[in-house]
Amino acid sequence: MTVKKITAAQVARKVIEHKELFILDVRNNDAFEDWKIEGHNFEYLNIPYFELLDGVEDILEKIPTDKEVLVVCAKEGSSLMVAEMLSDAGLDVSYLEGGMKSWSMYLEPIKVGDLTNGGELYQFVRLGKGCLSYMAISEGEAAIIDAVRFTDVFTNFAKEKGVEIKHVFDTHLHADHISGGREIAAQTGAAYYLPPKDAEEVVFEYKPLTDGLTITLGSSNIEVGALYSPGHTIGSTSFVIDSKYLLTGDILFIDSIGRPDLAGLAEDWVGDLRDTLYSRYRELAESLIVLPAHFMVIEELNEDGTVAKHLGELFAENHGLNIEDEAEFRKTVTDNLPPQPNAYQQIRQVNMGKMTPDHEELIEMEIGPNRCAVR
Amino acid sequence: MIRSDIQLDAKGLACPMPIVRTKKAMNDVAEGQVLEVQATDKGSTADLAAWAKTVGHQYIGTHEEGDVLYHYIRKCSQETNAAADKSFEQVISNEEITSRDGLILDVREAAEFAFGHVPGAKSIPLGELDGRLSELDKDQEIYVICRTGTRSDMAAHLLAENGFKKVYNVLPGMNNWNGELSKDF
Repeated sequence: MTVKKITAAQVARKVIEHKELFILDVRNNDAFEDWKIEGHNFEYLNIPYFELLDGVEDILEKIPTDKEVLVVCAKEGSSLMVAEMLSDAGLDVSYLEGGMKSWSMYLEPIKVGDLTNGGELYQFVRLGKGCLSYMAISEGEAAIIDAVRFTDVFTNFAKEKGVEIKHVFDTHLHADHISGGREIAAQTGAAYYLPPKDAEEVVFEYKPLTDGLTITLGSSNIEVGALYSPGHTIGSTSFVIDSKYLLTGDILFIDSIGRPDLAGLAEDWVGDLRDTLYSRYRELAESLIVLPAHFMVIEELNEDGTVAKHLGELFAENHGLNIEDEAEFRKTVTDNLPPQPNAYQQIRQVNMGKMTPDHEELIEMEIGPNRCAVR
Repeated sequence: MIRSDIQLDAKGLACPMPIVRTKKAMNDVAEGQVLEVQATDKGSTADLAAWAKTVGHQYIGTHEEGDVLYHYIRKCSQETNAAADKSFEQVISNEEITSRDGLILDVREAAEFAFGHVPGAKSIPLGELDGRLSELDKDQEIYVICRTGTRSDMAAHLLAENGFKKVYNVLPGMNNWNGELSKDF
């Protein structure tokens, strides 16, 4: 039997299309418990590769023969070794090219919907890390919001679509992943916007992203409007695009809300978070489609792979929007918070331009799930 | 430099090779001896620790210097892991020795000592003790400590046989040490 190589893009399609897959994850138990490839119909077996050095005989009966089997490890080497051993034992298996490292980096662009006069809005789903970036396109011009650091994905996509990137925004200073916004702006000559309250320590030039700022795209004047919505950070800003979409950044997710502690100020910002979720957002039309900057669990994905839901539905269903008692709300978002994302303090420094790690260090910092939410 | 018995150069190798090589190198390491694995693969730290745990070896620790990770593993077999009978009669608890005068003698391997010992303790690995008795004072209280009390039990017997009178075996040993720790790097 030959061992097949599967790419992260192919695995992404299996996730989005609800395909079945049996994943033999050969990383150590802690790494697997912390973070794995999530799929609606995926089954898992976690046996560290170092327990298989003497042979795979003991695990053969645990591996199905009527299902596609994918061996996964951190970077590829160990999964290839184990896949070859399984193949020698007569099984038909594949391994993930580049391992979890490439899974963490893969972005799948999915169209969210149409904008007025032929414009389009795309969501870039980073399945391995739960990050969501956006590109709005209209008549040859594009705006990007919350771009992750794989800048060529965005610049190539813009090229394919024949549009010029004019505006690049970050809804806030990110703590869970490294922003690609500044670099895209530098490469394309676009303007890079950051909320000034999040940018007090940044060491580069930016345009202030303030409440009420609007930019227009193309001659149809598709409007991208900023709405100050603090709470995850003091500068956090949302966007309303074409009066139809509400980009909430890390303030409001589909099944959870933002956490106020990643810049170390949970107590100070909890009141802002409450105001944003229970006052500012309440004044908006319930028909707006919420597009967050993250998803936490695979169940938040729609049938087409997008992460989007009407604001009205979230008001009805999202627990974080339904805590009437203010004291209880305060407790929910400050007590028993999930562990903070890997290297979040360093990531903030990188996004401020204060640290410039090399490529490998960037990968290392972004390992693991994003953990920006409170449920 | 942390002392070890055998060194393995796994620098530049990607996973799974550092562990594959370590497993092979372990065949040439004698029971109780320490292997140093030099690696540059960042994932090797968690994997070596987890691997050592599954096969029963003692993962001592990892020290980073520049781009190189120095991992230390002490070879243990099933027998050494089983709680061996301790027969030396004079024993003392971890907590008690901190408030007493006298010498704390740590008989673990040099690498184990380096990764954390009681402040002020003297290091003489069990295997070297016989030849270094002259460094010790027969009139001083000596509190012998190791990881679990087994090696210190043997060391205490050895000292008593050589005329040391005020010898105590410290139990349960460094494994359960909650007090201050000194490191050698």
